[in-house]
Amino acid sequence: MKEQQPPLEEPPVVENPDGLRTEEYFVNMGPQHPSTHGVLQLVLTINGETIVNIEPHIGYIHRSIEKMCERDTYRQIVHLTDRMDYLSCHMNNEAVCLAVEKALEVEVPERAKVVRTILSELTRLASHQLWWGVMGMDLGAITTFLYGFRDREMINDIFEETCGARLTMNYIAPGGLMYDIHPNFQRRTKAFVEHFKKKLPEYDRLLSDNIIFRKRTEGIGILSKEDAIAFGVTGPTARASGFSCDVRKKQPYSAYDRVDFEEILLEAGDSFARYKARILEMWESLKIIEQLIDNIPEGEHQVKTRQVIKLPKGEFYQRVETARGEFGVYIISDGKKSPYRLKFRSPGFSNLFVLNHLAKGAKIADLVAIMSTLDLVMPDIDR
Amino acid sequence: MRAAWSFARQQLFENALPMIESIEYWLHTHFSPAWAGFLGWVLVGAVYLGIFAILGLVLVYVERKVAAFFQLRLGPMRVGPWGTTQTIADAIKLLLKEPVTPDKADRFLYNLAPFFVVTATLMALALTPFGKHLQAFDIDIGLFFLLAVSSVGVVGILLAGWASDNKYSLIGAMRSGAQIVSYELSVGLSLVTMLLLTESLQLSEIIESQQAGWWIFRGHVPAFVAFVLFVIAGTAETNRGPFDLPEAESELTAGFHTEYSGLKFAFFFLAEFVNMFMIAVVASTVFLGGWMPFHLGDWAAFNAVMDFIPGPLWFLGKVVFIMFLMMWFKWTFPRLRIDQLLTLEWKYLLPLNLANLVLMAFVVLMKWHL
Repeated sequence: MKEQQPPLEEPPVVENPDGLRTEEYFVNMGPQHPSTHGVLQLVLTINGETIVNIEPHIGYIHRSIEKMCERDTYRQIVHLTDRMDYLSCHMNNEAVCLAVEKALEVEVPERAKVVRTILSELTRLASHQLWWGVMGMDLGAITTFLYGFRDREMINDIFEETCGARLTMNYIAPGGLMYDIHPNFQRRTKAFVEHFKKKLPEYDRLLSDNIIFRKRTEGIGILSKEDAIAFGVTGPTARASGFSCDVRKKQPYSAYDRVDFEEILLEAGDSFARYKARILEMWESLKIIEQLIDNIPEGEHQVKTRQVIKLPKGEFYQRVETARGEFGVYIISDGKKSPYRLKFRSPGFSNLFVLNHLAKGAKIADLVAIMSTLDLVMPDIDR
Repeated sequence: MRAAWSFARQQLFENALPMIESIEYWLHTHFSPAWAGFLGWVLVGAVYLGIFAILGLVLVYVERKVAAFFQLRLGPMRVGPWGTTQTIADAIKLLLKEPVTPDKADRFLYNLAPFFVVTATLMALALTPFGKHLQAFDIDIGLFFLLAVSSVGVVGILLAGWASDNKYSLIGAMRSGAQIVSYELSVGLSLVTMLLLTESLQLSEIIESQQAGWWIFRGHVPAFVAFVLFVIAGTAETNRGPFDLPEAESELTAGFHTEYSGLKFAFFFLAEFVNMFMIAVVASTVFLGGWMPFHLGDWAAFNAVMDFIPGPLWFLGKVVFIMFLMMWFKWTFPRLRIDQLLTLEWKYLLPLNLANLVLMAFVVLMKWHL
């Protein structure tokens, strides 16, 4: 016998201007849906194809990483951050390491600083390449996915050679780097930069300049600068609305203070601006890598730190710019080997909750486009 | 060997009439006239079912390979040489899969829907002019029949979406309805434009009328415009990318066939490919001269070489060319939005088609096409 479910409350009746009587209805988008990119559940209220309300439900991939951090030593915490935003793992590692180094008042060797910066930018490129591929796929141009992966593969190979891993790196350690870079690192990175400089215009030719793509993104999901600030949106998503929030410029860390690059600021704030901001950011990343790759100073790759690090009592905060925006680590230490409390400020969380604001009144297809320009990574949001 | 080749060439490629007549003669000498007629049609039906299945399998393979080469990869490689038997393995897998029916689905309509789609496709396929006299069903209103039959398929899609009791399916089905009804107009109008030239609806006569040159070359600008419009509208009518809104994998998971599995899904899947084939068949028949070879004015030697290539090969070559175009679209363009899709049809393609029709009437009036 099937159990009769109690009827849901009656959906609201909508009176349309042409006298047609329609009803709003609910659609569950996710947690298993091709374009929610992970286990995000959106409860959509729809009128025809027009979206009336979006209610994001998160928590499907919550692993209580922050609680686990209270149990682990600082060296162990670094590897947990790989599992959050798996597309920005070098940057996440770096954020924790910078916070620990700040607390210990340790000066990291120049070599480690420069290598960290190069790795961060390579990670940003890899993340944006993957995002670009997926963005095309969300809009129905499946070919972009493979193009994006082709170029990301070269970066993954460099990472694999550097630290043995392709996704969860755990390479940047408190005090510098886990071990020195591979002898091939510079040669392969330079080869990649040469390769990608030729391939990046191809991205524009394939997708950016396509008339259907322009029509699907221009003027859709406009985020104003004020709203971006109010929602706490960061990263390329906010910079496309003209909100200058690049941590690399505002609070330079590692080697960002000595490289010449521009913060991409666009005015439009629509889906296309968010798209363009990431494409332009890839050019800037290439510029940074080019400036640093021939100038990696010789010397130690790390300073000696204690095997089990104990931070002094106090509160420490460090933020870095990941591919998705501002990633913060807030440590409260009571002087023991693991933190009393640790909080991650993940960019995806704030970026996700602007979705309802952006996509209200748009079509279902626009929702998918807007969501992919926000570049969500679910493990980063749920932690 | 050479004798066998020339025999096959004569029988199958140049003139299939003697072969068909001898089969009919054999049937009539062994059975009563009523049985002979019936068995003849059964034979034709069996052959076309075979063509349907083989076409489906081959096209799925070709599509996957073409997609792979657009995407810098190799596609299926493991099953058979160059993965050629991959689709057969897939078909067997689909046959063995459990045909799931959702609890709350309307069982009768749910199971009926795939047959609507497949039957419509099969009826259209029966008109394919593979070569001279190599056509099962050459009626005098051929083109009209094709249009009428191919629009029956949308009923199946609407039923599938409605009966599945799935909101995504329903959205997909409604999109499909809006899309196919709209683009039917452009398909029809671009063919009407060409009818001014062909002066016949019968497919074999349309091809015969291109003896002096393909219509796309002889029909001046309006014929070319009609060809472009037909290919665009035809792509939309087969629900293929960039017009694959009814399926829209990234929005509606799989649209109207989300709930279908096993063989019933395979029906939708194969029907899509054979529909693409039919659009290519109509385009190559009306615009590119069907099985007519390509001739260049007075170049006798060149024309002789072209004549040597058998008609069915010409026909299939043209069909493959148009299908390649459609695959090219699919693997390059992003998808349109539903309102943009309808805007494109009603605000751009339809007025353009009407203007083109008037232009073509003028061309025919001035007898420029002769």
